[in-house]
Amino acid sequence: MQSTCGSKYQLQFNEQTACLSFSGDWLFSAGIPDIEPLLGTLQQTADCQNLQFDSDQLGEWDSGLMTFLVKLTDACQQHQIAVENSGLPSGAQKLLSLANSVPEHKGVRRQLLGQPVLTRIGNVTIEMHRNWTDLLGFLGETFYAVLNLFRGRARFRTSDLLYQIEGAGPSALAIITLISTLVGLILAFVGAVQLRLFGAQIYIADLVGLGMAREMGAMMTAIIMAGRTGAAYAAQLGTMQVNEEIDALKTMGISPIEFLVLPRLLALCLMMPLLCVYADFMGILGGAMVSSLMLDISFFEYYQQVQSAVPLKHFLIGIIKATIFGVLVATAGCFRGMQCGRSASAVGFAATNAVVTSIVLIVVADAIITVICQILGF
Amino acid sequence: MSADYHLNIQNLTMAYGESIIQKDLNFTVQHGEIFIIMGGSGCGKSTLLRHLVGLMQPHKGQILINGTDLWQTSTEQRNQIISRSGVLYQGGALWSSMTLAENLEVPLKEYTDLTAKQIIEVINYKLSLVGLAGFEDYFPSEISGGMQKRAGLARAIVLDPDILFFDEPSAGLDPISSRLLDDLILQLRDSLGATIVIVTHELASIFSVGDKSIFLDPTRKTIIARGAPQQLLDTCDDPHVRKFLTRDS
Repeated sequence: MQSTCGSKYQLQFNEQTACLSFSGDWLFSAGIPDIEPLLGTLQQTADCQNLQFDSDQLGEWDSGLMTFLVKLTDACQQHQIAVENSGLPSGAQKLLSLANSVPEHKGVRRQLLGQPVLTRIGNVTIEMHRNWTDLLGFLGETFYAVLNLFRGRARFRTSDLLYQIEGAGPSALAIITLISTLVGLILAFVGAVQLRLFGAQIYIADLVGLGMAREMGAMMTAIIMAGRTGAAYAAQLGTMQVNEEIDALKTMGISPIEFLVLPRLLALCLMMPLLCVYADFMGILGGAMVSSLMLDISFFEYYQQVQSAVPLKHFLIGIIKATIFGVLVATAGCFRGMQCGRSASAVGFAATNAVVTSIVLIVVADAIITVICQILGF
Repeated sequence: MSADYHLNIQNLTMAYGESIIQKDLNFTVQHGEIFIIMGGSGCGKSTLLRHLVGLMQPHKGQILINGTDLWQTSTEQRNQIISRSGVLYQGGALWSSMTLAENLEVPLKEYTDLTAKQIIEVINYKLSLVGLAGFEDYFPSEISGGMQKRAGLARAIVLDPDILFFDEPSAGLDPISSRLLDDLILQLRDSLGATIVIVTHELASIFSVGDKSIFLDPTRKTIIARGAPQQLLDTCDDPHVRKFLTRDS
């Protein structure tokens, strides 16, 4: 008699036939016995050709018994031992025949062994090529949709555009206010510590004004919008992809790029410069707070210094940057959404990829614009 | 806890906010029975199922599973009761970021003390029951809708539940797959002895698997007929039920 957990079995031989008697409860909450020792015994008996079961002493049973039986019958098949099920409870007989009714299709099981390095490189290359092809296709279609817009032929709903403008503009004001004020505050605070050493506190206005107008206003707004709106675009379009809503548009002969992407792109292009100006103002205000509280510089002095130190061109460069960032964030968000697979996890990947792509593009574009401005003397 | 009925619904009223969906529902389901909840679109069949599986709290009334009121007991005990039931959702509701094996692994890891090797063995067995042997490492998005449904069924029965709930099991399936799924439901009932509650409006399924049924009406917002499906077809006088069961427009 062998015993594992609550489940017990006994193997008896009668010439070429082995009889496996079950006793006790066979519930998988108590564990499933290993078939290896049993199989070893069966194999050691060289002339064993049949296996029968006796379940007279069997108590309660569930998938614990069935898992054991399925494994055992599989192993017996491999060792040319015929299995006779009639001694099993009728439910177990039915389940066993159900489990064996659809044999495993050949070649369907996946080999989980690691792929060779060359295969992996090849797969990554093919995937990159596919991504680039998709991106080029998307950019081409978007360009065509923009052309249609200028020709007055683009098909989208004005209400959608207004809704997207509201989502990308007024709804973002609270977070832009908080982040921009804090960025201005931090810039001023860091500068104040150093400038006070030289008695040059007043230049805090130059530092904050220039920093916000030329760089941080546009950059921080773009990063906020990438995390907030770009990810939302990817998730919205991805979910529409999952629900076949985009397929529905295509089959009606409506371009999803015009109907879905264009309003989002336009909304962000229109709102980003405005948000950037607002962020510049809030950042400079944050700097003014530190100046007045820590450095005894009045608001009026601070304002005059900002006015003299930051000519309009710096604000314009910031606004141009913000517009470009807006295009990049909207494009990345919409592209990842349109590229999304047809599952919930794919939507998550699309949103994550949208944010990562947007931030990378923002930083790269900022570097390029900065170099160009330097060359042009702006 | 043993009781005369596996499922006993008493004066159940379901509502979304103040909007009543169905009221004064009374019915019982016996152990090992296949019980059909039917009715036209929008009558509240799926809402009733959501109440029965503990996803929604009744507006009024009681849901007793094996004699225990689902909502007059501790959260711990409710979770214990719910874990003894299996649910097959309309689309399978498989977790898309997990393979089929991982989908089945989650409840096994959560509710049993099986070793990793034993869990794999149980998963292989359960997938073979629904004809998906060999598909352990596939993601739901890589298999067909019918296969997703069968994988959902494998997950629903992975813990050997006492009671199984099916929400529109035939929806989106071709007639052959639908028939195979009905056969599978019958085989599982016969072999596992589980009680099965099915929400459906597929007439073929209703007549081929149902032992008892109720018919929900969206206008009167209550049960307007009850009995074996064939008996309803033969004897029920209600014009709505007759139209429904005879596909008469």
